[in-house]
Amino acid sequence: MRILIACWIVLLLTPTVFAQELTVGSKRFTESYILGEIIQQTAEATQGTTAVHKQGLGNTGIVFAALKGGSIDVYPEYVGTLDKEILKNKAPADIATLNRQLAPMGLGVAVPLGFNNTYALAMPEEKAEALGIRTFSDLAKHPELKIALSQEFLGRADGWPGLQKAYRLPFSTPRGIDHGLSYEAIAQGQIDITDIYTTDAKIDRYKLRVLTDDRKFFPSYEAVLLYRLDLPQRLPKTWAALQKLEGKISEKRMIAMNAEAELEGKSFATIAAGFLNKEVNAPTTADPQQSFLTKLFGDDFWKLTTEHISLVFISLGFGVLVGVPLGIWAARVPRATQPILSIVGVIQTIPSLALLAFLIPLFQIGTPSALVALFLYALLPIVRNTYTGLSDIPSSLKESALALGLPSVARLRLIELPLAARTILAGIKTSAVINVGTATIAAFIGAGGYGERIASGLALNDNATLLAGAIPAAVLALLVQFGFDVLDRWLIPAGLQTQSPSLES
Amino acid sequence: MICVENVSKTYGKQTALASTTLVFQAGATTVLIGPSGCGKSTLLRIIVGLIRPDRGRVLLGAQALTADNAEVMRHGLGYVIQDGGLFPHLTAEENVTLLARFLKRSSEAINQRVTALSDLVQLSRTALSRYPKDLSGGQRQRVGLMRALMLDPAILLFDEPLGALDPITRSELQTQLKNIFTDLKKTVVLVTHDMGEAAYFGDEIVLLREGRIVQQGSLADLLERPVEPYVTDFIRAQRSPLPSFEEPVL
Ligand SMILES: Nc1ncnc2c1ncn2[C@@H]1O[C@H](COP(=O)(O)OP(=O)(O)OP(=O)(O)O)[C@@H](O)[C@H]1O
Ligand SMILES: [Mg+2]
Repeated sequence: MRILIACWIVLLLTPTVFAQELTVGSKRFTESYILGEIIQQTAEATQGTTAVHKQGLGNTGIVFAALKGGSIDVYPEYVGTLDKEILKNKAPADIATLNRQLAPMGLGVAVPLGFNNTYALAMPEEKAEALGIRTFSDLAKHPELKIALSQEFLGRADGWPGLQKAYRLPFSTPRGIDHGLSYEAIAQGQIDITDIYTTDAKIDRYKLRVLTDDRKFFPSYEAVLLYRLDLPQRLPKTWAALQKLEGKISEKRMIAMNAEAELEGKSFATIAAGFLNKEVNAPTTADPQQSFLTKLFGDDFWKLTTEHISLVFISLGFGVLVGVPLGIWAARVPRATQPILSIVGVIQTIPSLALLAFLIPLFQIGTPSALVALFLYALLPIVRNTYTGLSDIPSSLKESALALGLPSVARLRLIELPLAARTILAGIKTSAVINVGTATIAAFIGAGGYGERIASGLALNDNATLLAGAIPAAVLALLVQFGFDVLDRWLIPAGLQTQSPSLES
Repeated sequence: MICVENVSKTYGKQTALASTTLVFQAGATTVLIGPSGCGKSTLLRIIVGLIRPDRGRVLLGAQALTADNAEVMRHGLGYVIQDGGLFPHLTAEENVTLLARFLKRSSEAINQRVTALSDLVQLSRTALSRYPKDLSGGQRQRVGLMRALMLDPAILLFDEPLGALDPITRSELQTQLKNIFTDLKKTVVLVTHDMGEAAYFGDEIVLLREGRIVQQGSLADLLERPVEPYVTDFIRAQRSPLPSFEEPVL
């Protein structure tokens, strides 16, 4: 009961999110963050528009669901991704075709930004120059080159297997290598060729030549804006401003901006402002010069802490409200036991991102979906421990309660629940600690919390930012654990404090 | 008076109690005795309504025990099991007064009753404020007895109440129990393995074997007029620490 009251207080203190005129989304990688920021700042520059940028909402499925559900108005997408992942077209479609397919969903695609972020092969500029290699076809003449490819590229049918067939490349199956390490490997001369994305930040830094896909094997991954069709009518001026972005960002420019973020540690807002030729006093979240401690206790620390704690304890509160009765039901009605325990068990096995993608259309992007997901994950330990706690009560005690002539509800309240209290509390503690960890994924769908730092740290390959999110989460988990141990002393009757092991979890 | 009419209970193929008819006289103590697994506890549980018999019925006084009236009927029964069956999360006193408090009896009446009962079973006030884990076996048994007597039921049912006690505590409690039974004129059913205990308490002794009544009667009946050799065997199987005079000298 006391826990629940605390949860409600936290809920009341949670800042309300006000409706904004334009909401921009982005995916969870550097380029998408930067483009999202450019869209937001462009919209802000239009008279009378306020725009928010929900950074790094998640992967394609999540951001697309957010757009369809109306949580965001627009986000940067790639033609090839739309074609293959979202619409699942067999053959590449042009923009007009895509628009016809998207119209029934109330969505449209427009404003090609001017660059193509597709797969390509790259090799050191000097070596390419010496051997006279410019295109994929040229590679066929050089079977002596050492090639290593990312695992994903090796595995996809439209990756290496297809490419090798299309160009008749004379290499045996290449080695697999982590994408993050392939640039280092090329720089050290261990390999000559690897797969890259055409706007990777490190292309310039490592002086690589991006070979031309002269037979157009790879589909176009042109960057475009994917938007809700009501946007141009609702905010015509803003839309006109966004349309002016068409063709403005070249591949070179995008590579440079990605490098500013990943290699120079500039904030996305600063990079976008630089692109739009204006000054903003943007927060420099990703500045590597900043000391780790400043990062850890940055301006957003309390906001993230409040968000994280709210997520954990509100979902936990509902988990207790639903989980304990379910556990009682499972313990009391033998026919219900297996169905209940199996269902909450199965929920636990659903991967978090899959669960979120499934929940977003139902509950909107952001906090509501995150809360529902955390609530569902909190159920299993609570239900299972309630069930176990009640079932493990020695039958002699259950019989004694019955023989006294206490009615069913009174037996539960006066005897069985107090006897199971310790096990139930242990289940709630497990859920709380797990929730502290799981809540970090909330950031991936814009629900805030320490996960925000982890997400941007991952996106930027910036370990300090990542740790500035991971460490407080770990500390919070320890504090929660400690808090529950104190609660155990406080709530559990003295007669049970050093009781037989059958009553412990 | 308790009447058990044609009551039977099987678990799968195992017959815990074959069709049994028994009358327990009001104000008298009946002892159920027999080897392990013969159905003593089953019979007692059926009387308390903890187990529903496959056939037959139980009458407590004039009223048949049913699922609907079991709760109220149990208020007129005191049931004590080995070790007292005390709730570990409640103090001894809370255990004793649990039901009375639930039934909203006045705290004055409850206090008076607790004082009277603790005198009766000779349990100190300090012991009453402790949790069961901090009591000795004999004290726990006394608390269990107080709990059973709290609402002053006419019927008391004991399932091996003194099984785990040392001989001195045991004989002390036996004396106290016997005094309580006769002073308060309770209808008592007591399960035991111990022939000496059966002889001490039993106005009537019921010997069970494999779910059936072998013989019912006074100790003298069982000793002098056994219905089958098993009765004598069972009584003699209990080894006395003292040299027996009945043992034929070869
Ligand atoms: N819940 C149950 N399920 C299956 N069989 C049971 C159950 N309860 C009792 N039995 C069986 O019924 C028979 C009678 O059991 P009961 O407990 O009445 O014996 P008892 O005379 O009290 O024995 P003891 O002196 O060892 O306590 C035993 O064979 C026992 O195994
Ligand atoms: Mg028994």
